Amino acid sequence: MRLPLLALLARGPAHGYELKQDLEQLLGSAYPQPNVGQIYVTLGRLEKQGLIEGEDVEQSGRPNKKVYHLTDSGREALRVWFAEPEDEPRVRDEFFMKLALAPRTGLADQIALINLQRRQYLNTMRQLSRLASAEDRDNRIAHLLIEGAMLHLQADLDWLERCQEELEDL
Amino acid sequence: MSDDRPAEVLRAEGLVKTHHGEGAPAHAVRGVDLSVRRGEFVAITGPSGAGKSTLLHLLGGLQRPDAGSIRLDGTSTDAYTEARWAVERRTRIGIVFQFFNLVSSLSVADNVELPALLAGVPPKKARAERARLLSELGLEGKERSMPGELSGGEQQRVALARALVNHPPLLLADEPAGSLDSKGTREVMRLLSRFHQRGQTILLVTHDARLASAADRVISFFDGRIVDDARLDGGTPPRRAGISGVLELRD
Repeated sequence: MRLPLLALLARGPAHGYELKQDLEQLLGSAYPQPNVGQIYVTLGRLEKQGLIEGEDVEQSGRPNKKVYHLTDSGREALRVWFAEPEDEPRVRDEFFMKLALAPRTGLADQIALINLQRRQYLNTMRQLSRLASAEDRDNRIAHLLIEGAMLHLQADLDWLERCQEELEDL
Repeated sequence: MSDDRPAEVLRAEGLVKTHHGEGAPAHAVRGVDLSVRRGEFVAITGPSGAGKSTLLHLLGGLQRPDAGSIRLDGTSTDAYTEARWAVERRTRIGIVFQFFNLVSSLSVADNVELPALLAGVPPKKARAERARLLSELGLEGKERSMPGELSGGEQQRVALARALVNHPPLLLADEPAGSLDSKGTREVMRLLSRFHQRGQTILLVTHDARLASAADRVISFFDGRIVDDARLDGGTPPRRAGISGVLELRD
């Protein structure tokens, strides 16, 4: 979450709670709601690293709030972030290990494993469909996020199909 | 038999179908038992070539099984003629196909009204029913268009209106989003869900898991056989913070 917070601060100074709201508004309900405590902890770390600086702002009748702004090295860290491609997502390795090792153990059937895993994916797919229909139609970023998750799941399901085709006749 | 469950709209037992073309015979359906109850939304998924479209064609009487039997609303169809199946497809079974199969020389309105008129519905009532469905499906103003003038998504909505115009107890859908883009797919998914919520029984064949996840029961079909039959509740609470790893925040 470090870099998304930095990115939100690139537009201008903000305090922790504002950042939480910005993130929620941008990404919609599909994204896990960021925990405000986690945001404060991360901001503290970023400040220690010199990527942001906080300033106490007095509020009448309430404790001071800390407004953060990006430093030059923070801006540089963001440039590096944007310049680098990300790692590709990984095949669900734990399931793959189960599938590969099941026959040697005599404790599980490969086809039964595939069916169990498929049910899990389909149920998640259904949750994502529901999220998509509940999400604000105009929030394109949120819809793209959900669609991305669905396409990944679709690929996982296609791969399960391949596993089933290969392993069923053995 | 005392049974509180909704009545069986469809029951298939021991269905077998082998295609004899050039080369080796293709065992498309190899012994399928299947029951669909009123109000269910069932999806059949599997890789292409698994035989799922053949299965749907058998269930809609578009092809005849080599063995096995099909009951519609408890009535055996074993002795049905071609003509009798055609009547069933106008009254008790609505079908939508991947390539819409609209009559290209008829307007949108006529495509939807035709099955109602063929089923003996008075013209005035057929018109009213057509108008209701087209507006429901967001196709108002397209009545006089020809199918070729519409987008794929719109054509599929016309096909859906045509399939539902006689209020069939069972809707069969064969890859209804198979020739649509992502937006069209979402649209079909939304409409099927909406009709299902109003009680329409639906049997959907698709290789698209996104579409299948709109159903509340998913049957996995492989190599001519049912390998899994799962009820989706969508209720398994996510084990991680996000809905799936894809939506997970990393620190």
